[in-house]
Amino acid sequence: MRVGGGREPEAKMEGLTLSDAEQKYYSDLFSYCDIESTKKVAANGRVLELFRAAQLPNDVVLQIMELCGATRLGYFGRSQFYIALKLVAVAQSGFPLRVESINTVKDLPLPRFVASKNEQESRHAASYSSDSENQGSYSGVIPPPPGRGQVKKGSVSHDTVQSRTSTDQQEPASPVVSPQQSPPTSPHTWRKHSRHPSGGNGERPLAAPGPFWSPFGDAQSGSAAGDAMWSGHSPPPPQENWVSFADTPPTSTLLTMHPASVQDQTTVRTVASATTANEIRRQSSSYDDPWKITDEQRQYYVNQFKTIQPDLNGFIPGSAAKEFFTKSKLPILELSHIWELSDFDKDGALTLDEFCAAFHLVVARKNGYDLPEKLPESLMPKLIDLEDSADVGDQTGEVGYSGSPAEAPPSKSPSMPSLNQTWPEMNQSSEQWETFSERSSSSQTLTQFDSNIAPADPDTAIVHPVPIRMTPSKIHMQEMELKRTGSDHTNPTSPLLVKTSDLSEENKINSSVKFASGNTVDGYSSSDSFTSDPEQIGNNVTRQRSHSGTSPDNTAPPPPPPRPQPSHSRSSSLDMNRTFTVTTGQQQAGVVAHPPAVPPRPQPSQAPGPTVHRPVDADGMITHTSTSPQQIPEQPNFADFSQFEVFAASNVNEEQDDEAEKHPEVLPVEKVSDPASSLRVAKTDSKIEEKTAASAPANVGKGTTPLAPPPKPVRRRLKSEDELRPEVDEHTQKTGVLAGVLASQPSIPRSVGKDKKAIQASIRRNKETNTVLARLNSELQQQLKDVLEERISLEVQLEQLRPFSHL
Amino acid sequence: MLRLQCPSVSSVRPGLCGVAALKLLGAGFLLSYSTNYPLYIRSVPTENELKFHYMVHTSLDVVDEKISAMGKALVDQRELYLGLLYPTEDYKVYGYVTNSKVKFVMVVDSSNTALRDNEIRSMFRKLHNSYTDVMCNPFYNPGDRIQSRAFDSMVTSMMIQVC
Repeated sequence: MRVGGGREPEAKMEGLTLSDAEQKYYSDLFSYCDIESTKKVAANGRVLELFRAAQLPNDVVLQIMELCGATRLGYFGRSQFYIALKLVAVAQSGFPLRVESINTVKDLPLPRFVASKNEQESRHAASYSSDSENQGSYSGVIPPPPGRGQVKKGSVSHDTVQSRTSTDQQEPASPVVSPQQSPPTSPHTWRKHSRHPSGGNGERPLAAPGPFWSPFGDAQSGSAAGDAMWSGHSPPPPQENWVSFADTPPTSTLLTMHPASVQDQTTVRTVASATTANEIRRQSSSYDDPWKITDEQRQYYVNQFKTIQPDLNGFIPGSAAKEFFTKSKLPILELSHIWELSDFDKDGALTLDEFCAAFHLVVARKNGYDLPEKLPESLMPKLIDLEDSADVGDQTGEVGYSGSPAEAPPSKSPSMPSLNQTWPEMNQSSEQWETFSERSSSSQTLTQFDSNIAPADPDTAIVHPVPIRMTPSKIHMQEMELKRTGSDHTNPTSPLLVKTSDLSEENKINSSVKFASGNTVDGYSSSDSFTSDPEQIGNNVTRQRSHSGTSPDNTAPPPPPPRPQPSHSRSSSLDMNRTFTVTTGQQQAGVVAHPPAVPPRPQPSQAPGPTVHRPVDADGMITHTSTSPQQIPEQPNFADFSQFEVFAASNVNEEQDDEAEKHPEVLPVEKVSDPASSLRVAKTDSKIEEKTAASAPANVGKGTTPLAPPPKPVRRRLKSEDELRPEVDEHTQKTGVLAGVLASQPSIPRSVGKDKKAIQASIRRNKETNTVLARLNSELQQQLKDVLEERISLEVQLEQLRPFSHL
Repeated sequence: MLRLQCPSVSSVRPGLCGVAALKLLGAGFLLSYSTNYPLYIRSVPTENELKFHYMVHTSLDVVDEKISAMGKALVDQRELYLGLLYPTEDYKVYGYVTNSKVKFVMVVDSSNTALRDNEIRSMFRKLHNSYTDVMCNPFYNPGDRIQSRAFDSMVTSMMIQVC
């Protein structure tokens, strides 16, 4: 809505004769009231306000409405409106209300409406009554000569002041009431209220009497009046009605001074709603944010902040802020909500920015604007100090703060540049938003620790080696070592969490005597495709197995099977268990008999038999298990039979252990070099052969004895592994090797002689058993590997499914 | 500042999934009577709301029992999340107690199997955070019914998410 010229040029309607000035005036008023531009004005707030502003008794107003026919029609058409206005003028002039008086009364002054318009009306009425310059003056009214207006305003200011003071009691409600007229969008109402731009710089033409509510006119008139009134006050602080903190001493003076001006402005504002709003809207079009804080407002806020907290970088504690804002007489609920909006970092204290935002919201609320659900962007606290911008934006003309703290400054052209400067700074709040959001979420992150910890534990628990790499060599070596060292390696559960390094270290520690630990490490390192995890498991398994293995070695008669059985939790261990169970009796007997060197069990004759069987049954797992266990004890028994007798007694165990230790050392070394189990086995066998051959006389015992003890647990494992790997290519290789070994074996003893024959036969048998066991071991390891791979896949699936559980 | 009350919150799922109600119950320390009175009650399905109120109120006994069971460990080591207080044929009741004896009680429909324990924990955590934000407001007097819009919006969003 602009300062509409006479929309309806007809000067007559329903017998209503309007002068041009009146015509213009009425049309403007109608436009003002015709919010929806429907050419008919319902009895909306503006009309009512207008009539109220006419300072007429209610009954008179009702009469007027009835006379004009609005009550009949239910709304104010243009004609009715004009008639009503005319009647208002008539009533204000003291003439009796008569329909005919509309036209009869001549030189009727324009209806006066309480507001600065009053003065306008009075002045303009007087001027128009002369009607000499209606036309010209009217046109000039729109951009009325500021001088005249101001002068008159000045003269009238006193009256207005008095009227203001008289209406102060009324006005306090007006700021709040006026918005009710147009409750729509708060921004809209804010704009309506924002008159500061129109602040009487004097630039704006005074509102002509006709278009009293012309956007500039009223605004300026009001502002001019405000200026006139505020002339005495150097700093034009923002409206005090919205800062009605009665207890605020610094503002007390301002309050006393300003209420009048404020009221004036508010009234003017209310009346000039449309045009003012239009004007402001135009001006604020570039700043479409009603929540922006003008520089003057901000300066005021800063001053208020200083009263509470001298340090501008400090905080205002919640209690102090509560007291301060309670003085605004807003409901606690609303204050609570304002606090929620403004305390951005939720720390119970207000920084300067937060305080300004809160203050702004309080002012807005006091002026009737609804509190937003979210903090407007312009009010977001910023880390940048805007004091400079505030000072820059401080303008003398920024008087029009009446109840428009949120009003965009754009209405004031001079202020625009400065405000423009502030906007970018305010817009930088986005950065702070991020920071604040981080801060705000910090608590959440903190409290979320508990939940984070929980999943972490199961994860760590499940971290245990998923991909298992069970190379027979490693396991075997480990088993050998662990077994030899008789290490008290951890219980079966710990292996899950042990790392290869630890294991190797343990191996080193345990088998300090042996260098095989390094070998095992090398073996582990040589283990290629699998990750350390499988190694761990492998180690664990080996360790477990080693437990079983070590048991028979460490203690004379401790049966190996019981130990490995509980420790072997994996499927592969089933075979082991089976093997062990099968061989328990035999092995135990053998083991028992072994240390004490009581060789009643095995029989030399049986040795070759089983040995023969072994290579034949190399491919048969069951046969292996069936034969090898039998043969294993037999062989060792057989070997022991001849050799343990030599060692006998106490040293047997030690030597055996030593030998056993040494033997596995050799074995691991061999295995290290040869990843293939078969090759390893072959090498071990070859090593054994070498050993036996090299140390035939001296190492006979060693050669055989070590074969006896080591093969036992090893045999079991080998057997199981071999059983597990029926189709391994290594198996075939083993067979070949075994065949070769076997072939070489028998030749040795015979050539040596009976004793040597026996020894060599035993050696051969042991080797064969070794190979068988190695094969079994490889098979078992293969099986274990498969199982572990399955486990890996399952755990991967579990991990994939895990996120869904956290939703 | 001292919290004079022990509020508790309960939420129940609504509709087919169940009914959701949030209820904050408070108990007074220094008051002449120490009872648990609600600081905030919210239920998604408005019908049968009284039933949920009743369930929440009765669950306070279970909460107190769990708290007392802690014994000497007391607040510092006691976990805030109490877990499933007790299941009924239709609903499950979860509890959460803060260090200031603020009790949150949530009633969830049993048919909602998709609601995992972790989700319940996160919901309680959010409730706790929002409650602390409410407490930080100097205009909020402990013991008053919580009328914070932010709290309401958070609760609404949470219940909508759950439902």
